Amino acid sequence: MKERLKKAGQIFALFFKIGAFTFGGGYAMIPLIQREVAEKKKYITDGDILEIVAIAESTPGPIAINAATFVGFRICGFLGALAATVGVVLPSFAIILAVSFLLEKFQSIKVIQYAFNGIRAGVLALILKALWSMYRQCPKGIGAYLIMAAAFLMTAFFHVNVLLVIIGCALAGLCLWSAASAADCEKK
Amino acid sequence: MIDLIILFWTFLKIGAFTFGGGYAMLPLIQAEVLSHGWMDASSLLDFIAVSESTPGPFAVNIATYAGSVMGGIPGALSATLGVVLPSFIIILIVAKCFERFQNSEIVKGCMSGLKPAVVGLIGSAVISVGQTVFFSDGISPAVFRDTSFYASLFVFLTAAVLAFKKLHPILVICACAALGILLGYAGVLS
Repeated sequence: MKERLKKAGQIFALFFKIGAFTFGGGYAMIPLIQREVAEKKKYITDGDILEIVAIAESTPGPIAINAATFVGFRICGFLGALAATVGVVLPSFAIILAVSFLLEKFQSIKVIQYAFNGIRAGVLALILKALWSMYRQCPKGIGAYLIMAAAFLMTAFFHVNVLLVIIGCALAGLCLWSAASAADCEKK
Repeated sequence: MIDLIILFWTFLKIGAFTFGGGYAMLPLIQAEVLSHGWMDASSLLDFIAVSESTPGPFAVNIATYAGSVMGGIPGALSATLGVVLPSFIIILIVAKCFERFQNSEIVKGCMSGLKPAVVGLIGSAVISVGQTVFFSDGISPAVFRDTSFYASLFVFLTAAVLAFKKLHPILVICACAALGILLGYAGVLS
């Protein structure tokens, strides 16, 4: 038990460090995990990293949290998962808490207001960039384009509840996938 | 107390339905955060920039921030716990039956629908954020007579070029802040 607690402490410290240096979330964290957890500490292998990415992508939740929980669990069970998740969240929690107090104080200053006027236009560009990279990663095909268009129109113009859109698209994907597999079977 | 439960529950939903990274969930976060009146559209944009420039995933950062603004430290704790809990539990379950999960036809099928859905959702975020940036007072001929519109357009195009040239997001934000200050004191962007 003492051994496990010690290990959990190490995992916590490791993920605290990773959490403190991951800017922009998600994928930015993967190389860091690879270096710190696989190469330096040898807690997991490089093959595990690929598994982690696959799992983190296909389960809900921020990729950073998914990856931390999964790695922690692999190394030392539930305790490890808990230590890694708390560790990875804590730095941003503390920083954002501080920011939330500061932001309100600074918001009335003229320079800050001007800066944010520029920044808002910049954020639009960053989201557009994210749209482009997600589009490039997405498998193409008539079914995929239809789902893409449906999700876009329903959220942007018909203001359908986003949760319903997500569930609907997952089900549509499942139907198309099953239909495609059935067609494959018949050919064989 | 009720407020803390609402914060927890709202961010639990956001955590449980976030696929494909932060921006994909922007429509959901917008809908939830704006409908509860926790932030307005432009302070949400400001916060996206803050979140890009601080460590940690966007979903967690926005949870901590909204929680803190609404209910101080207890609020921040309940919102953050809410957003983290679904992934924590789901990963614990998946980690135990990893092989079965990865080879499951049902998971593959759902993912084949979720990937394009994420693209559509980010597309919708582009529309609503674009509206906030360029037409925050609604679309009218007056907007096109205002220098602010063209100044914003200029900053946006500059940022888009920088972002697509793979400049780091933090540097893109810094460049836009500098442009915003310059154009602000020049009296063309307010």
